[in-house]
Formats: sequence, structure tokens, C-alpha cells
Amino acid sequence: MCLAIPGKIIKIDTKKEHATVDYGDGTKRNANITLVDVKVGDYVLVHAGFAIQLLSKKEAQETLALFREMLSFGEGL
Amino acid sequence: MFSLHDKNLAKEILSSIKKSDVHLRFMHVCGTHQDTLVKHGLDELLKECGIEIGQGPGCPVCVTTPKEIEEMLLLAQKGITVTTFGDMIRVPGEHYSLQHMKAEGCDVRTVYGIEDAVAFAEKQKDKEVVFMAVGFETTAPSTAAVLLNKPPSNFSVLCCHRLIPPALKALLEMGETRIDGFIEPGHVSTIIGLAPYEFISKKYHVPQVVAGFEPLDLLMAVWMLVQQINKGNHEVQNEYARAVNQKGNMKAQAVMKSVFTVDEKKWRGFPVILESGLLVRNEFEQYDARKKFEDHLSVLTEKEFVEPKDCRCGDVLRGLISSKECPLFGTLCTPEKPVGPCMVSGEGSCKIEFRYQKKR
Ligand code: SF4
Repeated sequence: MCLAIPGKIIKIDTKKEHATVDYGDGTKRNANITLVDVKVGDYVLVHAGFAIQLLSKKEAQETLALFREMLSFGEGL
Repeated sequence: MFSLHDKNLAKEILSSIKKSDVHLRFMHVCGTHQDTLVKHGLDELLKECGIEIGQGPGCPVCVTTPKEIEEMLLLAQKGITVTTFGDMIRVPGEHYSLQHMKAEGCDVRTVYGIEDAVAFAEKQKDKEVVFMAVGFETTAPSTAAVLLNKPPSNFSVLCCHRLIPPALKALLEMGETRIDGFIEPGHVSTIIGLAPYEFISKKYHVPQVVAGFEPLDLLMAVWMLVQQINKGNHEVQNEYARAVNQKGNMKAQAVMKSVFTVDEKKWRGFPVILESGLLVRNEFEQYDARKKFEDHLSVLTEKEFVEPKDCRCGDVLRGLISSKECPLFGTLCTPEKPVGPCMVSGEGSCKIEFRYQKKR
């Protein structure tokens, strides 16, 4: 139930309460965006119909490189 | 783009852990972590490296108490429309589950989230609609946001939200089981950030790592815990930086604060845990099903509630035994005929173990 799925904001409604989120697998669903500050193109985590947090593209891209670095650093100790 | 794949890296992490030659017992508190661990066989692989990982109370449906289930059943019986997440309706109460009540003609509906429940209430204004609000910090902000947004007057919530850090403290205070480190739940942490875990490392000297949900996230979190232990550290580290930051989602925290107060709460399998539950503030009492239907629910206040007979969910949730150690597992208790909630919920460790055991 704490499952949250990443998706991309593709459209924000006029009241700025909901947005269409594209999950990249062909599904698009409406999500409430009142708990986050987002714009079209942002990636969010959606849980039970609510966007709960923005995802950092930069951090995501760097994760694996960071793991490798930590590993070699840690092993060297 | 947000998933991690690198088979070689996984092997490298495991061999590095193995080289440390440790024997440690970690706990996580999240059904989605358990799913990843069991589905990909990481629990077995880590065991070979000297690391045992248990689930703890990380399943919102499982820690909901027998009394809360009876409250829901009673409201359904009184002709009120009861809405909740899918897993909840199959949890056995003393005699029935919500699913049984539905078959008997009660109005019970499964929803994906609280906004669906509000939509029902808007459509049928002549009926009372109650949403059974279960979930940790991940889910509580959505309940709060809806109550702030003035839902229709025939809508209310039976608030069963609980908070994770006080449960971690309770586990350590009880001291029944060895915990060398905590893998903290990534999605709870997107909301609360890192600060609420810090007292645990300070006071109990237990290392903690907030982790994401990919196999590599969990392997890396375990590796980070092992490094901390090898160096004699005990701090809160963040493996899931792509979604979790130090402060968390402050907007969501503010919304929660304006709607809820914190109070002690009973968890299934646990004694009352201080400061672990959320109560709807008086300003929103027209949406608090416990106040709105006080007359109906008052019959339950004096009653003693017991766990299902021979079910060891309490021990599973406190990390004392694994699901397979319950004598009913897979024989008298199966997903088709669950005895306890841990066999019902997709986040319950009994259900997860049963689901993947055939493939092992
Ligand atoms: S296997 Fe069934 S009876 Fe045993 S602890 Fe799990 S849910 Fe309870």
C-alpha cells in the first residue's frame, strides 16, 4: 500500500489541483498534485492517487555511478 | 529512467558484503521492501553473506487492530457505505470480513484512493460514506488534503493512520529481538525526510539507511549498513536520494499537521505505542467517523478484542518469527482462506512468502 509509482506530469488542469500523469507503460491517470509544487515535464511519485514527491532526474542518473564509487571507496578502506 | 539495473554491480555488492565476514540481523518496515527481497531471492542471497533481514510492522493493513476492523464492520452493518483499499476488505474480523458483509448485501466498496471515496459521496448525497483511512506517513497526507478541501457533509473517515518512527522506538525498547540496523521505508521518508529517524541512531546507537525499492537499492542499503557497523558508526544515511531529501515533503507535513494531532495508538501484536497514531483535530470533527457515529460505535468501547486463534501475526510483526515458522502457514492459513491479516495484504510477509515460495 505504500507502493508509489514514478510518472511524468503531462498536463495540469485549470484549477491546478490535478494533473495527467504518464507512467510510460501506456497508462495515463489523473493524480492530485496539491501536496507538491510541479510543472509539466516534472517526474513525480504517485501513491493512492496523490503525487507525494518530485523525483530528481539528476540524482536518478547519478545513482549507479555513485554506488560504484562508494563501493570502490569502501573496499579500499 | 528511474529504475536501476546492473547485474555485475549486484554481484560486486554481495561479494563485498561477504568479504566483511559479518553475522548481522537487520529489520525493514515496508511490505514493498519485503516483496523485492523475496521476489528476487535477495533474502536467501544475503543470508549466504551472513545477513538476515526481517520485516517488522511494515504493513499498514496488518497492524490495523481487531477493534478497528470491528468498527468498520459495524458501520457497514448499520447501512453506511464503507470504502477502503482492496486488501482491507478481506481481513477477517471476529466473525466476518467486510467481504462477507458485502455478500450479505452491505454497501462495501474498494477504492484506489480517498478521492474515489469522496466521488462516491458526491454521487449519492442521501447516503453516509465512510472511508477507512489506513496507512503510514505516505498515505496520511492524502487524507488530510481531502479533509482540508471541504468534502461533502455525508463523507467521513475512520482514521487508522499510524507513524513509523515511534514503532521503531517501541521495537528497540521492547528488546525482544536483535536489530543491528534498520532499512527505512523510502516512500514514508519522501514525506518525513531524514530528521525523524535521527533520535534512534543517537539514543540506541542503531545505524539506519533509507532505501528505495529496486533490488540494487536494497543491496546497497545493506552494504551501507555493514560499512557503518564495520566502522563503528550509527547514523541515518540516504540511499534513495532520487526521491528522498533531508527535509522531506514540507507541504505534505504542514497539511498533516493542520488536520491531525498525534496520540498513542495500539498496533496489532504490540502494546499501545506512544505518539504513534493520528487523530482528526476537533476543527474537522464533522468528518471524523468515530465522532459522527459515536452512538453506533459505543458498543465496542467496553469489548475485549482478541487476535484470531493460533495466528502468529503479532510475532511476525514484532520480528520474532518468520512467516514460515507459524504452524498454520500454507496449511490452515492460505491467501484463499487467510486466518490473519499478514496472509491477506499484498504487503503482509505471510502473503509475500506464500506467493513466491512455489518459485523458490
Ligand atoms: S501464516 Fe496466517 S495464521 Fe500464521 S501468522 Fe501468518 S497470517 Fe497469521
